[in-house]
Amino acid sequence: MALKLHGLVGSNATFRSMVALIEKDLDFEFVPVDFASREHKTPQFLARNPFGQVPAFEDGDLKLFESRAITKYVAEVYANKGTNLTFSDPKKLAIQTVWMEVEGQKFDPASAKLVWELALKPIFGQKTDDAVVAEFEGKLAQVLDVYENRLTESKYLGGDIFTLADLHHLPNIHYLMGTKVKSLFHARPHVGAWCDDILSRPAWLKVVDLLPK
Amino acid sequence: MATPVTVYGPPLSTAVSRVLVCLLEKDVPFQLVPISMAKGEHKKPDYLKIQPFGQVPAFQDDEITLFESRAICRYIAEKNPSKGTMGLFGTNPLVKASIDQWLEAESQSFNPPSSILAFQLVFAPRMKLKQDEALIKQNEAKLVKVLDVYENRLGESRYLAGDEFTLADLSHLPNTQYLVEKANRAELFTSRKNVGRWWDEISSRPSWKKVVEMQNAPPQ
Repeated sequence: MALKLHGLVGSNATFRSMVALIEKDLDFEFVPVDFASREHKTPQFLARNPFGQVPAFEDGDLKLFESRAITKYVAEVYANKGTNLTFSDPKKLAIQTVWMEVEGQKFDPASAKLVWELALKPIFGQKTDDAVVAEFEGKLAQVLDVYENRLTESKYLGGDIFTLADLHHLPNIHYLMGTKVKSLFHARPHVGAWCDDILSRPAWLKVVDLLPK
Repeated sequence: MATPVTVYGPPLSTAVSRVLVCLLEKDVPFQLVPISMAKGEHKKPDYLKIQPFGQVPAFQDDEITLFESRAICRYIAEKNPSKGTMGLFGTNPLVKASIDQWLEAESQSFNPPSSILAFQLVFAPRMKLKQDEALIKQNEAKLVKVLDVYENRLGESRYLAGDEFTLADLSHLPNTQYLVEKANRAELFTSRKNVGRWWDEISSRPSWKKVVEMQNAPPQ
């Protein structure tokens, strides 16, 4: 199969790329990376992702890492397949790109920390650091205040259609909805409605289905 | 004759300087509107309308208002494909994918530790804030791991995304400048043969030299 995604079920970054492939109706092979045996640090894997992280992606001879570079590549190169995930009009694309950067620069640092403390540490039997949680809840709340304003003017973050600017948020929002932080999203009506909308997309539900019950 | 574009913010800001060097590479005329962070101008309602996080830079041309330096750079490169330095954002989807990959690596892996180090080592003393030694050590360790990856990569290709200078390299200029020239951390870069060679090349570009001049000019 030409398209392959190497990753870990449950990894935010793996799921970010995976949902884009599913939205685009693309046939791909998922190749699990065995973290338990430190496969991600082997020379063979480092040749795919020199940072020793997941995911890594192949399309024939093309090899890519960084989940957001993978989603962009797939959205552009397979523009005519499945869901349209990116604007072609340059001005609309510029606005979409602004909000993609906001996700990567502001939403992800705040939310990923909370995902780790509240959703993942318990699974690994580690103790949540309440001070860190309080600090990052404050940071996330500030970001979500900006989102609330934005979503009163625009149906989706990047513009009037669902695009990568929204999709990139899915994994972290999914995890946080299973924690007390969900109240931060639902306290803001437009943010809450936007979360409900994007989390209910069939492509995302297929990804979530892979998680252990 | 094109109207100059507008960039809001001080050249000393790493994110502002990222946009300035991109405009210079693409030969796009611009005017710089100072925003006094000391006077809180970045938090005033009029400014928040164009940058809702109250940060710099913001950007306007005759068609659009944007923020987030890497989004602004992509827009400038794509809007002006035939001006100035060609290929900053690639000429075909495969090349663009490689540039996006290393731009994301800069954004996700290089930027966090290098920003924290630049703040702790350069800006905190200027602002008379106490430095956090543990944070400095922690982020030096993170940055070293990233630079080891770069050292390997830059042994395979002249620039990060391939054999040409692109946005991926450009995006590293602001933080590295502070670490090498103002934070006494040049050794992190110069002790690595390929990274040292790459830093010499990209920081010698006339566009970057001009930005550094703007940073060192006395305040207007």
